[in-house]
Amino acid sequence: MASFIQLLVSGLATGAIYALIAVGFTLLWQTSQTINFAQGEFVMLPAFFVLAAMNFGAPFWLAALIAIALSIAILGVVFKLIIVDPMLKHGVLPLVISTIALSLFLKEGAKDFYSSQAQPFPALVPAIDLHVFGAVVSMQSLVVLAVAIITVVGLHLLLNQTRLGRMMQATAQNATLARILGIPVRRMVLYTFLINGVLVAIASILISPIYLAKFTNGETLGIAAFLAAIIGGFNQVRGAILGGIILGVLDNLSAAYVSSQYRAAFPLIILIVVILWRPQGLLGRVEERTV
Amino acid sequence: MLRLGFCTLAVAAAVGLSSASYAQDKTVYMPALMELSGAGAVSGTNFRDGMLMAIEEINAKGGILGRKINTPVIDTQSDAGVSRAQMQKVLDNNPYVVFGPVFSGSVLVDMMLTQQAEIPEIVGGEAAAITQKGDPYVFRTSFGQQFSMPKIANYIRDGVKAKTVAVLWVNNDFGKGGRDTFIKEMKSRNIKVVADISSESGQTDFSADVVKIKDANANAIFVYLNEEESARFLKEAKKQGIKAPLIGETTLLGQKVIDLAGGAAEGVKGHVGLTVDAPIPAVQEFAAKFKKRFNYVCDHNGIKGYTAVYFVKYVTEKVGKFDSKAFAKTAHGLTITPKDEPNILMEATWDKNGDIDRESFLGQVVNGKQKIVATLPKLGIK
Amino acid sequence: MNRLGAIAFACTIVLALVLPQFLKGYGIFLLSMWAVLSVAALGLNLTLGYAGQVSLAQGAFVGIGAYTAALLMQAGWPYPAAFVCSALLCFGVGWILGYPALRVQHHYLAFVTLAFNTLVFLVLRNEEWLTHGTYGISGVMRPVLLGWSTGKPLAYYYFSLGMMALVAAALWWMLRSPWGRAFVALRENPIRALSLGLDTRRYTLMAFAIGSSLGGISGALYAPLVQFIEPNSFALALSFNLLLMVIVGGSGYFFGPFLGALIAVLLPEWLRVTEGYYLLAYAAAVMLMMAFFPYGLFGMVERALRAMRLKRVPPAPTLKAERTRP
Repeated sequence: MASFIQLLVSGLATGAIYALIAVGFTLLWQTSQTINFAQGEFVMLPAFFVLAAMNFGAPFWLAALIAIALSIAILGVVFKLIIVDPMLKHGVLPLVISTIALSLFLKEGAKDFYSSQAQPFPALVPAIDLHVFGAVVSMQSLVVLAVAIITVVGLHLLLNQTRLGRMMQATAQNATLARILGIPVRRMVLYTFLINGVLVAIASILISPIYLAKFTNGETLGIAAFLAAIIGGFNQVRGAILGGIILGVLDNLSAAYVSSQYRAAFPLIILIVVILWRPQGLLGRVEERTV
Repeated sequence: MLRLGFCTLAVAAAVGLSSASYAQDKTVYMPALMELSGAGAVSGTNFRDGMLMAIEEINAKGGILGRKINTPVIDTQSDAGVSRAQMQKVLDNNPYVVFGPVFSGSVLVDMMLTQQAEIPEIVGGEAAAITQKGDPYVFRTSFGQQFSMPKIANYIRDGVKAKTVAVLWVNNDFGKGGRDTFIKEMKSRNIKVVADISSESGQTDFSADVVKIKDANANAIFVYLNEEESARFLKEAKKQGIKAPLIGETTLLGQKVIDLAGGAAEGVKGHVGLTVDAPIPAVQEFAAKFKKRFNYVCDHNGIKGYTAVYFVKYVTEKVGKFDSKAFAKTAHGLTITPKDEPNILMEATWDKNGDIDRESFLGQVVNGKQKIVATLPKLGIK
Repeated sequence: MNRLGAIAFACTIVLALVLPQFLKGYGIFLLSMWAVLSVAALGLNLTLGYAGQVSLAQGAFVGIGAYTAALLMQAGWPYPAAFVCSALLCFGVGWILGYPALRVQHHYLAFVTLAFNTLVFLVLRNEEWLTHGTYGISGVMRPVLLGWSTGKPLAYYYFSLGMMALVAAALWWMLRSPWGRAFVALRENPIRALSLGLDTRRYTLMAFAIGSSLGGISGALYAPLVQFIEPNSFALALSFNLLLMVIVGGSGYFFGPFLGALIAVLLPEWLRVTEGYYLLAYAAAVMLMMAFFPYGLFGMVERALRAMRLKRVPPAPTLKAERTRP
């Protein structure tokens, strides 16, 4: 029983990360039809911004802020203006290929310009372990969970309780109508990119102490983001969270109880099942298709 | 519109035709195929940097038999298909010998080509299969798994006196090969394998694996992962309070793993073939030189690369000329001692299959450093 | 085809036949790889360019085809039988996969096929008893056909070139037939096609299955070329690469895949001058290509030609349907 709880707790911690990444992914998809195949690398990169800033002498808290700012600027603004906007008018496929190429670009960039070796990353909290219901969980994991929850709740409040948030939701649901209603659609879309920039930077700073900063970190995280987003439900932020948590826990449970060689298969099978039988995801709303 | 296709094909012709032969008078062409990107990037870059340092030293002294070494390094992208294509390319240009790759999967593919072309290939791969194919042109730079695993198995049986063992391995040709050989050795010593757990290359979350290991309750745990995954695993193992001894190979005991794992590596034991922590002055000097030149601590692949170049230099000078076939004949059954060539660092013998025999060590992590507790002699293969 | 196009086509054929005589082993290998991958790209073009379905599973089909051919040949089957088996097996798997999967829209199909590709990779890697697992299958023999051995690089090149030509011809014929026109209708406006009584589902499924079987054929040609196959070669990276070939060449244009495959095979070579930064340059090159040729090279040329034509002669009103690209 203790093992099961341990797996559950570890899975929740991992799932919280997936949720954070999936939320940003969902936002981009919703408001601008951008399927960002580089989302995993977006999470890998800010850690290197932090390390680079610290190499120049900045203390950790300052380096983290710089990384968030750079993330917003480069992974938010530059990404939108230089890659997404020009591509989008040609259809989704060129954009898909561009984001795939971008993920390779960012990965190789981190490897060539920083290091191919894994780098230790400063932890946010001391490495204390807590015993919870017979399972051991590190303080770092709890912080991850807490920050992820706060972020997501904050985002939820932003989207639902503020005027800005409701404008963004309107843009996501029907851009044309939103434009007619006077909502500055382009700016709303830009805001989602900026929010994604913040989210991936936070995720990066949270996971790098555990995962170590390495240029290959993005590979599994990217796939996890899509899986979580789709399983949970593409058009609801809540869906992304549920998807992330399901993914984290499922991965651990299947690795321990079923087969470690096929651990990667279970999320994929769930994905296929969800897409075929409930494409809107577990919590999503059915999208109408105009003919 | 098909004009475009036509033009592109013409350019292709130009590119294809322009690859001229590299053999010039004043240099000797010895290309290297290395994993510079992808899963093997760390191993490949270490090997390459070790080679680079050796080449710089040798060229500064005039090269080999008066010719400077020309070693372009080609990225295999850790992909066997790419590796094969690139090997084809370098063979088109008549090299003297070829270095690399490190990844066993790529080595196995490339070997077919170098054997056909009768060009010696000095590889970094450790899979047993490499020297079991009767290829007279392949030479190792470190122990094959068929030699390292028996040493570890003996240690587990005699040193740790374990009756049951759990094994955690990485699911690629390196890890699978090691696991297969290890299990065979365990069976022949009547030690029961109570848990056989695979993990993915690049895996970040080991909580499920640690839970399974805990539940299996083995006397000893054999860990066969790459360096970074080893560090992550050790942290998780410490967190969940694993008590059984953790035993591994060079990839578990390296200083890099110790640094990344922090205190979690304390008490880890294992067999170390090549290590910069070996209590041998020549190796220590090399490690210091490397750190100064490249600004990081090299792993065993750096030593492999360095000694590989000096191996080639020694054999070439022994033969007296640049003859690929004579190289292979002379290298088989050859022993090079540090007296003959100081930069071979440790005495090494190559047998008729291309396997290498050296001293090796049993180590333990004590106070954040790798301490060598015993030196194991050469196996005495010929 | 206009006269200039025909001349260019003829020149390309001549080059393809004659050029390899002047190249060394590596150059011949590259061209053979081009021929083999073109077949897979042709299949993907059928699925994506003609039937409008985004498939990220083509790499898996190449893998299934390669493993089937290699394993059967190891078991002693003659190559032609193994070849046909690969094609049929992939057609079947494509049909079974497509049956439920094609009910969902584009982006979801992309994810389903992505998941399928990774699942196939996992099976290839884990089921050691069948596929030799991570160790892969080495020593794949090159076939001897009617006494002619394809063992030498040049011989295998002509063999794969010939197979590519046969497949292309078969595909050309199929697309000229009423079937082919149905596919085009599917892509242009599936709802209108449905309203005209076209069983869109059946045709889409057929396109997907045929495209997959072409992937299998490509795999059966790939295995003897490289003579060593392992699961890693058939993971997502290959599917992305094939997608890139189709898009860069021009999705929906018959000759697009050939050009796209040539570029995908040659681009790494042209970029090798960048030494260690080569993958970085490759990624940048792909992004630039998408920025400047989002409709692929053939698409770009067609737009240029159309723009030129419109400038020279005002369009005469006509009832004949022009080949347009949305």
